[in-house]
Amino acid sequence: MSETTADPTGATAAGDSSRRVSGVSIRLEGVTKRYPGQAAPAVDAVDLHIPAGEMVMFVGPSGCGKTTLLKMLNRLVEPTSGKIFLGDEDVTGQDADALRRRIGYVIQAGGLFPHMTVATNVGLVPGMLKWDKRRIAARVDDLLELVGLDPEVYRDRYPRELSGGQQQRVGVARALAADPPVLLMDEPFGAVDPITRQRLQDELLRIQEELGKTIVFVTHDFDEAVKLGDRIVVFDVGARVVQYDTPEAILASPAEEYVTDFVGAGATLKQLTLTRVGEVELRTPQVARAGEDAADVVRRASAAGEQYVVVVDRRGRPISWPSVAELSRASTVPATVDQRLPVVDLRSTLNDALDTMLAASQGGVVVTGRDGVAGVMVVETVMAAIQRTRDEVQG
Amino acid sequence: MTAGVGTEDPQTLTSTVGGGSPTGRNAWRGLLVQPVLVLAGVLAFVVWRSTADLSDTEQRQLGWAALSRSVLEHLQLTVVAAVVVLAIGIPVGVLLTRGPLRRAAPVVLAVANTGQATPAIGLFVLLATWLGFGFRSAVVALVAYTVLPVLRNTMVGLQGVDRRLVEAGRGMGMSAVAVLRRVELPLAVPVILAGVRTALVLLVGTATLATFISGGGLGLLITTGINLSLNSLLISGAVLVALLALAIDWAGRVVEHVARPKGF
Repeated sequence: MSETTADPTGATAAGDSSRRVSGVSIRLEGVTKRYPGQAAPAVDAVDLHIPAGEMVMFVGPSGCGKTTLLKMLNRLVEPTSGKIFLGDEDVTGQDADALRRRIGYVIQAGGLFPHMTVATNVGLVPGMLKWDKRRIAARVDDLLELVGLDPEVYRDRYPRELSGGQQQRVGVARALAADPPVLLMDEPFGAVDPITRQRLQDELLRIQEELGKTIVFVTHDFDEAVKLGDRIVVFDVGARVVQYDTPEAILASPAEEYVTDFVGAGATLKQLTLTRVGEVELRTPQVARAGEDAADVVRRASAAGEQYVVVVDRRGRPISWPSVAELSRASTVPATVDQRLPVVDLRSTLNDALDTMLAASQGGVVVTGRDGVAGVMVVETVMAAIQRTRDEVQG
Repeated sequence: MTAGVGTEDPQTLTSTVGGGSPTGRNAWRGLLVQPVLVLAGVLAFVVWRSTADLSDTEQRQLGWAALSRSVLEHLQLTVVAAVVVLAIGIPVGVLLTRGPLRRAAPVVLAVANTGQATPAIGLFVLLATWLGFGFRSAVVALVAYTVLPVLRNTMVGLQGVDRRLVEAGRGMGMSAVAVLRRVELPLAVPVILAGVRTALVLLVGTATLATFISGGGLGLLITTGINLSLNSLLISGAVLVALLALAIDWAGRVVEHVARPKGF
């Protein structure tokens, strides 16, 4: 699968063809990196074709050369031999600085410059490309909106004043600033807590749905690869491509013993990572707005036979999930925000949903979509999905 | 997550942006003590000088004209030497952290270290026998004696910048020079300025030795005071040098405070 002949499957794997694509394809031909004084090359003659507009995950053990390979794409590491094409253009001999301005680069914790404001950080590449000030300012605001940060609030803050997750969002915004066709991400979500990571992953999927960039994403977390990737490349030492396929195909038929080991023993449970919350049946909860008359809501919920009510704020975002009994003690629906409220996105995986439930010690999660609350998922749904996969595997 | 941090503590957040965080305010208060002490010292000296009963010999050195000339000479020595120290120390410090030149760092540091480890008076006299007596030799000696802290702090400051930030800069298409100018140097400023302040204070003190090779300065008061057993001269010289050093140290601190990178 390592040959460029992996291409024909591209059309099928990209899924629905209506998806917007603004990226270009990347092709590697015999890309090799040797370091002086080392017998074996760090990256040994890699051929790879990454279709335009797809998110391709590089996974493999540490030291396998996946990060070196990534850094050769923007020539932070200069290849010893081989050729790299963006689209039809051979970029191997191009001026590295100019090339990098056309390739977004995101590293762990965002790599934000601590002495510059969020806006300055995001506007760096457009500034280098000599955009005028007003255009940069407008672009910065658009990008902050895109990554879910209110520009009014965050524009003039310094990175230190942001949480890890917010810094990472700004890092993504900065990489997208000059609208590059290609985005390279080097373990970007490695340093944030699991819940934040899951939200960042959901956001990335949403952004990618909107933009259709070509994204190359290095991770050591196979679950992350399955969740985010249109395709996964599994590497062994020397950046040998062991398998290059869709997550479903890799889980269903690992190419070698090595991949089976890497995927891990819990492959059945890993199937949970293939199923999105939006693909299973959700329950429709009773939704109440903060400030509504509590007695009304209680009546409505009891009529529907519901024990719990999802409370949303003015913008329709869930803020708490009180029981009917709790609500009947209040006169109006309270506007307090429950920081531990378990929320997942329609794009989240069942695995994420289960994690979130466990982290919040609750038997269910509120699911949000583009227009606020999309439903509620309970732990039984996850269990049923596990049972189903198990039956499939055995049958 | 977004909302959580957003509402966390707007007060501290905005005040940090304004450059007046609680720690910042305390730092300013600390910065106010030193000039007050210096001013009090200057005032005390002026009062003593105007009221004291001075002999002719004392008058010759402590007359306002002679006194201000000595102070000016001293400042001149300090400033000229400081400019040369900065012009050498910072660029060389930068070069020694770049690429292949990194290998030369231990050698250069060793040379700079020799300059500082040599007793200052010896350095002055040796250089004078080589370059001749006077202002120029004094400046050369002062530079040799004080370049080390600037050089070393420039290197340490630059080496202390997170490598990942440098890589992030290069990765987004900044040239090596742009990364140095926009990322590395701004972040290294506090450490570099600390070295500059150390060098300045050293310079003010060491410039008193210039008088031995006819370089002028407040050292003249001190040596004359010792030679003629005139405590008034000796103490005046010592006090004025101390006040000058404290004043320059304070100015250095103010610059450090103002020039430190924002966002910390």
